[in-house]
Amino acid sequence: MLRKLIVNTALAATLALSSGVAFAAGGERYVENYAFAHEGPFGRFDQTQLQRGLQVYTQVCAACHGLRYVPLRTLSDEGGPGLSEDEVRAYIEQNYIEVYDAELQDWRAATPNDHFPGSAMSNAPDLSLMTKARAGFTGPYGLALNPLFKGMGGSEYVASLLTHYTGSEKEEFGAILYGNETYGGYFAMSPPLWDGAVEYGDGTEATVEQMALDVASFLTWTAEPKLMARKQMGFTAILMLGLLAVMLYLTNKRIWAPVKSRAKGYPAE
Amino acid sequence: MSGIPHDHYEPKSNAEKWLHRRLPIVSLMYDTLMIPTPKNLNWMWIWGIVLVFCLVMQIITGIILVMHYTPHVDMAFASVEHIMRNVNGGWAIRYIHQNGASLFFIAVYLHIFRGLYYGSYKAPREITWIIGMLIYLMMMGTAFMGYVLPWGQMSFWGATVITGLFGAIPFVGDAIQTWLLGGPAVDNATLNRFLSLHYLLPFVILGLVIVHVWAFHTTGNNNPTGVEVRRTSRKEADADTLPFWPYFVIKDLFALAVILVAFFAIVGFMPNFLGHPDNYIEANPLATPAHIVPEWYFLPFYAILRAFDTEVWLVILVDFLTAGIVDAKFFGVLAMFGAIIVMALAPWLDTSSVRSGRYRPMFKWWFWIFIVNFFVLMWAGAMPAEGIYPYIALIGSAYWFAYFLVILPLLGVIETPLAQPATIEEDFNAHYGKTGGQGGAASPTPAE
Repeated sequence: MLRKLIVNTALAATLALSSGVAFAAGGERYVENYAFAHEGPFGRFDQTQLQRGLQVYTQVCAACHGLRYVPLRTLSDEGGPGLSEDEVRAYIEQNYIEVYDAELQDWRAATPNDHFPGSAMSNAPDLSLMTKARAGFTGPYGLALNPLFKGMGGSEYVASLLTHYTGSEKEEFGAILYGNETYGGYFAMSPPLWDGAVEYGDGTEATVEQMALDVASFLTWTAEPKLMARKQMGFTAILMLGLLAVMLYLTNKRIWAPVKSRAKGYPAE
Repeated sequence: MSGIPHDHYEPKSNAEKWLHRRLPIVSLMYDTLMIPTPKNLNWMWIWGIVLVFCLVMQIITGIILVMHYTPHVDMAFASVEHIMRNVNGGWAIRYIHQNGASLFFIAVYLHIFRGLYYGSYKAPREITWIIGMLIYLMMMGTAFMGYVLPWGQMSFWGATVITGLFGAIPFVGDAIQTWLLGGPAVDNATLNRFLSLHYLLPFVILGLVIVHVWAFHTTGNNNPTGVEVRRTSRKEADADTLPFWPYFVIKDLFALAVILVAFFAIVGFMPNFLGHPDNYIEANPLATPAHIVPEWYFLPFYAILRAFDTEVWLVILVDFLTAGIVDAKFFGVLAMFGAIIVMALAPWLDTSSVRSGRYRPMFKWWFWIFIVNFFVLMWAGAMPAEGIYPYIALIGSAYWFAYFLVILPLLGVIETPLAQPATIEEDFNAHYGKTGGQGGAASPTPAE
């Protein structure tokens, strides 16, 4: 009865929850199930990929979008793109990153303690949390097993969005809108990537798909900068609690043994 | 306390005697910890400890979070990101707090279902049950207000929808809603009072938990057989029970450790699985999300709320009879709160003289349908209110009410219960006896 209860409840709970997630992802959108290095419990960020993604973000996305929740100094944090502090300062200088200083009542050059600038265009959403604010591939068969084992999949959504333009355009209220399968309709962002849009320093070929994956990976880091530390904590906690559980199990067995042996009619101890 | 004969604390040293004469606190702790507990309790009796752990964990992590959180509509969302990025270990504390709410509700539902199956709500434990229901209601209020604090899209729109329920009350609804929100719409005043109440209610819950424990320490625990502990002599009581410490404390802590392994797998590897992506978008009163979905633990009641729409004949009839005072919206609100009220009234609706579902052959079926129905309602609550889903929700809601208002009262009259063991000792010995138990309906394992 009891085992049945636990199994039934667990099963029903999983189904109910996963259908909720699957539904939450929406209906018509197509999200390609891209593989990322950071997926799954053992997944880790690929540091060179994060650096390439930073380059794509800086040279392409940053023209319109912002990262207003991300402090520039975190580029040198552990578990991120891993720039040195000097490289962060050089990055700020080379890209002329400025912030508005309320005290000076003027713009000034950013310091590593400042955040990335916000979006330059009012209709371009901030990208800091984009990979957590979108559901990704929720399959297979809408069971949400992918988000359960690999994470919510916002990275897949971003990469898909950049690679799944339909090529069709339409004009609405004087603005040109672009068809996109992942968006599930038309929106205002023109296809931002083309082959060779950036030139990678590490010699990786800058195909549209490669750049899309790189920048999606980078935006996963901006949304979840402590991802590696979090997974590390998960393993440590599971290990320690597992050990505790084993010890408590043995203790429990030992203290109940005389009670159970009395129940069998044997003398205790 | 429980009227079961057992050891009592005797102050020995002079210091102990000195303290005992002035404040018998050691005695109180001793009696609480050493309470005689039926020795045949199975693994469904572990959830109480899990729930106490959840409450303490949520209070501790919450106190830390509030040190870094800013309850202002312009800064709340950014301050949560500040916690996630800049506060040392802030991300861990927030994810534990966020997923801790889910663990809390998983545990409370299993705890309630345990009570429903083994008849723990029946005399003389009605007050334990009622206090438990109050705790459950307060938990829902606390969780709901906590979900508003990050000030994401679901926070804002969830708050708008749920506070709108109060607006459905005839005549005074609008005034009540405005009073609750501190203005015409969800805004800064709402956020501030929700933080205040979200901080207050857990301590009210803590107080109620003490009363809850006090109540069942007075009556003694129920157990899987539903047979009471013998109180006539110390010898018989000892044959039926074991002291809570160490037998059940260690057992419960073992279960807690196993549950926490699963919990930390979620916190470490999929902390946002139970959340909604829309809540990582800052609240925007001008953009309504496509589907407003509450957290999973509210879904069954959300389904009941939405089930009674304007096309249900009962709703139309009530609307007509009350001259429009109870319209579909208010009917839904009444149904949602009514669903919890009928559950709270279970002690008086269940007419069976047998306490445990283990000895009630017909009840078992209806109970398991009730459990399945709970998950069906949860699923229906997550679906859009269109197509076949409202019908499923309606059938599920009807069963919920029928279970408490029709099935429980009737079963007591028509059902022939199975033979119960005479004592707890007999049940325990039959399970662990040489014959390997009497083979009775897959009886639960008391100790492991």
